[in-house]
Amino acid sequence: MDLLPIGAPALPLDEAGKYVAGAYVVFLVLLLVYVAIMAVKLQRIERELRELATFAEARANAEEAAPQEEVSAP
Amino acid sequence: MYGTGLRPLSIATVVLIAAALSLTFFYAPLDADQGFVQKIFYLHVPLAIVALLGFVAGGAFAIAHLRSGDRKWDAYSYVAIHMSVIFGVAVLVTGGIWAKASWGHWWVWDEPTLVSFLIVFLMYATYYPFRYAIEDRDRQARYASVFAITAGAFVPLNFMAVRMAESLVHPRTFATAEGGLPGEMMFTFLVSLAAMALLWVTLVKLELTAKSASGQLKRLRRALDAPAPGGSSRVAPEVS
Repeated sequence: MDLLPIGAPALPLDEAGKYVAGAYVVFLVLLLVYVAIMAVKLQRIERELRELATFAEARANAEEAAPQEEVSAP
Repeated sequence: MYGTGLRPLSIATVVLIAAALSLTFFYAPLDADQGFVQKIFYLHVPLAIVALLGFVAGGAFAIAHLRSGDRKWDAYSYVAIHMSVIFGVAVLVTGGIWAKASWGHWWVWDEPTLVSFLIVFLMYATYYPFRYAIEDRDRQARYASVFAITAGAFVPLNFMAVRMAESLVHPRTFATAEGGLPGEMMFTFLVSLAAMALLWVTLVKLELTAKSASGQLKRLRRALDAPAPGGSSRVAPEVS
């Protein structure tokens, strides 16, 4: 079997370096993609939270205004 | 509060990964047979070990879910498997690169270690369609737990079967009878393994924190009786 790595001559550094760099870059890219996806999720949560806060404030304002209108009505 | 302690954990992970990389490139000696290419070992093997242990952890969380009925454990199991699948992608890609550099081929089909890992990975890749094919949340969580336990039990069995198989091309690095790793290499490997394990724990915690925030947001929306945003129809597990 020609695939046996043991005893095979080591690759010269200029050739081995690109494989080693490739492996570590792939790992880094995967990690960055994951972090980017998490950042998008975080942005969505923040946006929804802002929408909810606006909704809650609008409702609170409407509830405050409603009794005053009732009192001021003749 | 899943986010508690996330910052120190993240800092510890970054420090340990930096230490592992420094040891890999400036401390560990060059391998006599493979030379510089062997540096991939310090990335590929810890990733594989952590991914496989993560699958087993997913099964253990699923047992806790079935025993207690607490949905929190289902979310733990889901996130553990999810993270291990991501690590699995990294294992397959880095393994392919190492195989090309060492053996001259991106993939070797008659090598039990490679093929068995691919089988485990593909098995867990079916976890997502299996899970999301079920709309009822309780049934989804129960069935997903059964899957996680069965598949989690398969992982160590698979590992033992591969160890017993005769392999020509994948050396047994930790076989003490054949010498094993020299001290510097072993130390570097152990630091790399700890770094990958810590990275897995940190990312699992981050994912759980995001799921928790999402769950709390839905609770708040229901409490305020607010209109739901147009989102995904996917029924993902949540923690609250």
